[in-house]
Formats: sequence, C-alpha cells, structure tokens
Amino acid sequence: MLGFESRVATRFLREGRMQTVLIIIGVAAGVAVVAYISALITGLQRNTIEKTLGAQAHLIISPLDDTVLAARAPASAGTSELVQTQPRAQRPASIANWQTLVPLLEAMPEVAAVSPMVSAAGLAVRGEATKAIALVGVDLDRYDRIIGLRSKVVAGVARLGPGEGIIGRDLADDLGVRVGDRVGIVTGGVNDSLRVTALVDLGVRELNRRTVIVPLRTAQSLVSLPGGATSLDLTVVDIWSAQALAGDLAARWPYKAESWQQSNAQLVSALNAQSVSTALIRGVVLVVVVLGIASVLVVSVVQKQREIGILRAMGATQGQVLRIFLLQGAIVGALGSALGVLLAVLLIGAFTYFVRGSDGLPLFNISLEPMLALRVAAIATVCGVLAAVAPARRAARLDPAQAIRL
Amino acid sequence: MSDADKAPAPLIVLDGIRKTYNAGLPNEAEVLHGVSFSLGHGEFVALIGPSGSGKSTLLNIVGLLERASGGSYRVEGAETAGLDDAALTLRRRTSLGFVFQFHHLLPAFSALENVTLPALMREGRVTPAARERARAVLAAVGLAQAMDKRPGELSGGMQQRVAIARALVLEPPLVLADEPTGNLDTASSDEVFALMRRMHAELGTSFLVVTHDPRLAARCDRVLELVDGRLVRDASQTATTATTATATPAAAPA
Repeated sequence: MLGFESRVATRFLREGRMQTVLIIIGVAAGVAVVAYISALITGLQRNTIEKTLGAQAHLIISPLDDTVLAARAPASAGTSELVQTQPRAQRPASIANWQTLVPLLEAMPEVAAVSPMVSAAGLAVRGEATKAIALVGVDLDRYDRIIGLRSKVVAGVARLGPGEGIIGRDLADDLGVRVGDRVGIVTGGVNDSLRVTALVDLGVRELNRRTVIVPLRTAQSLVSLPGGATSLDLTVVDIWSAQALAGDLAARWPYKAESWQQSNAQLVSALNAQSVSTALIRGVVLVVVVLGIASVLVVSVVQKQREIGILRAMGATQGQVLRIFLLQGAIVGALGSALGVLLAVLLIGAFTYFVRGSDGLPLFNISLEPMLALRVAAIATVCGVLAAVAPARRAARLDPAQAIRL
Repeated sequence: MSDADKAPAPLIVLDGIRKTYNAGLPNEAEVLHGVSFSLGHGEFVALIGPSGSGKSTLLNIVGLLERASGGSYRVEGAETAGLDDAALTLRRRTSLGFVFQFHHLLPAFSALENVTLPALMREGRVTPAARERARAVLAAVGLAQAMDKRPGELSGGMQQRVAIARALVLEPPLVLADEPTGNLDTASSDEVFALMRRMHAELGTSFLVVTHDPRLAARCDRVLELVDGRLVRDASQTATTATTATATPAAAPA
C-alpha cells in the first residue's frame, strides 16, 4: 500500500537534502522543548505535591461546626423580627459514630486508608521550658498509612504504647529532649507526661516545632473525649479525586469534609497557572513546528512543479500526488519527533546532572515517561500531516499541462 | 452507423475541437478554431506549424492534460468531454505515453526506476516481471549499460531514450511526443527519431510527434499542419516523398 507514494515521497525528501535536514532538526527542537517542558513541569508539580501532602491527609472529615439557633416566638403576620446571634465557641467535639463510619469509608474504592484522630492544642513542659504544641492522638499503624510516619523518623523507633509519644525534631531541640526522655503535657485542666520514643521530621519546620503524637486513647483522655475522634484522615487513591470525593461525602453524611485542594487553595491555583502556561508554550511550539513544515513543503511543491506535472501526465491521480506530500509531512514529523525525544532525554539527563540542591542531590526527580514521549511524538507526526495538507492540496491541484511547461 | 461499425475503429477522433483561454475576460483568446482529425492504430504522424499556431495546446488536449472548450474528442471510442479529473487520469494511464522536450525524467530516480515508475504508479509495487519488462525496454533503446544512472549523468540523447522507454513500457496504443528532439544536436536527434520509428515498427504503437524540424516531419507517414489554430494540411506521405492531399478540416473516416 502506498508503494508509489512512499517511494516518490522519500525520494523527494532525499533530493531536497539541506531543506529536509534543516526542517527535521527544527521539528526535533520543537518536540524536544515540548517533551522537556512537559517532563520538567510534571516532575516539579509531582515533587511539590509530594512535599505538601507528605505531612497532611488528602481529605479530612470532621464534625459540623456548632451553630446557635435562635429560639423564636411565633411572630404575628406583617411583623418582622430582628434576631442577632453570637457565633458559638467551637468545643472539641467527636465525630458521631465514627467507629461505624470507618469501615464504610474503607470500603469505598477511591479510599486507600482511613485514620481516626483526636487533635487538640496544649503545652509541652520540661523544666523551665514551655512550648505550645499541637497534640495529635492516633493509631500508629493507621496514621502511618496516611503520612508515612515511620519513614519520617530521624531518631529512635516509632512506637506508641501507653504513656509514649513521638515528637517533632525541632520541638525536641527547643525542649532539650532526646529519645527516652520524659515530657510533661498540659491540655485544659488535665496534666500527663509521656516518654519520647522517636523524633520525626515532617518536612515543614512549623510542624516539627509543634507536633506531639500520642496514642489515640491518651489523647481522648487528655481532651476529655472518651472514645471520640475529632477527625478522620483519609488517603485517596487518586489525589486529584479528593475534591470530588469531599463534595460527595459532605452531601451524603452530616460531616464536614475538606480536601487537600481546599486547604491548599493557593498551591492548587499556582499549579493550575503553571499547567496553563505550559500548555500555552506547548501550543505555540507546535504551531511553530507546523508552520515550519508547511513552509518547507510549500517551497518543495513550487520546486517540484515540473516533476508533479510529469507524474500527472504519466497517470498519477490527484489523490496520489496529495498523498505524496502528506507522506512527506508525516515522515518529517516522525523523524523529527524521534530525534526530538532523544534530545529531550539528553536535556533531562543534563538537568538532573547539573541542577543540584545544596546537599549535592538532584533537586527533584524528572524523567521522560515513555507514554509522554510517545504522545508527544504522535502529536508531532499528526502535526506534520496537518502541516502538509495545504501544500499537498496545492500540488494535487496543479494543472499538469501548465506544470510541465514551467 | 452501419458503415462506421464495419470500418476499423480509429484510435482517437477529434471533431471540431475549440480551445479558448481566459473565457469571458478582456484578454479572451481562442487558440483552436474547430480542429478535426482522426488517428488510427499504428500511424506515425507529425504535427507541424509555426510557433503560436496552437500545436502544444492541441497536443495537451489530445494528451488529456487540458480540456477542450468545445467539440468532441473520443479516445478508443469513448467520449472524453465532461469526464472528471480522475477519469481523465485513468485514461492517460492506460491509453497514452508522453515524451517531452525538456525535463523529461524525474532527476531523483535512476533510469531503470524512471521506467518502472508507470508500473509502480499503477500497482503500488514493482513486480519482478515489471522490472524485467523495464530492463528489456531499456535494452531495446540501447541503454543496457546505463540503467542505474541518474538522468543528470546521462547525455540529452540518452535521457530522451529513457523517456521513450518510459512512454512505451506499458505499451500504450498512442505515444505523444512534444518536440522530442528539439533539445538535441543533429546526430542525437536522428538517433532518437530513428529509435521512435523502430519502436513504432516493432510494437505497432501510434505516434503523434510535434516538431519544428521539416527533415523529421518528412520522415513521418502523415503530416498535420496547424496554422493559427486551424488545420491547414492533412497529408499522407510515404518515406520522404510527401504526397499532399487536400486539407480536410472535418476529416472523419466515414
């Protein structure tokens, strides 16, 4: 199939040596830029999200806020009533029936892990030092599946037996605590003390300075919520589905559900802006590639008028001539994208080699995924064909009698 | 009707062919004013006339590269007026071979590839049989040694011989040649013309040759002379002695 067309197309391209080489290099440069930028931005965004979500749940379920309902006397018709209420102070409140909710959530296919939590504010006391802390009561195994706590341990061994706790690295420095030391905890009116089993680095200094992780039971007694959980932390399979799932859950049950996108709205809009500008760059580069291929083929059609005329006289159909030029576009696009993908791999290699953080390690991991490479190459090849449409139609419509005379 | 049935069907029949360029514009020009003639199988005909007489236009119309503005043109009994481009192309493929004065070959293809091109175009591939046929025709035109050379490496006369081989390879009933020797010196010119006559004799292909050269015209079996878009002479002749017949503007074998 297309034996005649492909033979003539490749010959035409080979005949136009310099022109062909230049446009293939042009396409390659375009494809390389698109592939490189896509890989870079994907890597950057993945890295940013990983860092952000490293210390927080994808989705948090908590009880609805306490609200005040004004008691009303029935008003007679025609009178309006002015009611003013003061917002209530939010007490620590447990999620009603969380024990039954957990297995329901776990059964959902989108949900990867569920961890009940009691969180409260408090103070850590050791000798003269007093530090404000965020107290987190969890089940260690469950919580580990939410933020990978065990991988964040920098000293000691993560363990949460009764009377034991894990604290942030910077808090340990502030209090002068080492693994095995005891720390006093004060919340409201209740005092307790715990032995530090491990220090963790949660990746954010503010969290490292305030976090105290204790067993769920300990926290329940510290905040006087026996058997309660102030929130449920969820890990979802696809992080981008968190938002939709949150809406879904909030609609289904009388709880508050907040996705990571809602709690990091600024980050999400920054990422979106980045994606939009990347798409814009990609679009512009592709347009340039298309114009480049098209202009070379337009010139080629003019140069080859005579040959086209002879082919037509010999009985080449308009369709055959059309396909000869479409094929040239496809070949240029395909060769250019193969070369471009290679170039992108080199660029990415250079990036990981030369761009390093202060610790000498690559700043973040970027790689050209085969699917992305394939997609870019396919798009470039299609662009090649599209670019060839106008010149090919022109070639096909040449009047053979006139073309031969030139 | 019955008489026409008995006579051997002519290869092509032109009847009152007119051609107008820029119709409807201020520079409208009619270059052919009702040309009629017919060509039988196995004829060797010269088309002569001064520059601007409409020879090339007539040849393009006969070659189905241009459409006539009026009149009827039948190829192997089939009317071509009103056919679309695809149908005309198909007709060209099966019934016609072309030899041009300049730029006869595709420069990117070797002599052999140029000659296999018609088969490739038709079949989408070159069968061993088609390749053998091309080799044989190239050998017949005396280019057995130059098959793999590009046109740029061949002399003008050799290029024209490749073009003749290409025109003949699929054995069309009619070959149209537009000043096939116009670009050659006398020796090559004679050689190429002799080759066409030989192929005509061997294959029985009809030739319609546009030429300026009275020496060559004298060596054709029949001469058509075009002046100002009108056929002024249609004369059969034998060898180099012309026997002038009366001009028959509507020469149809009746």
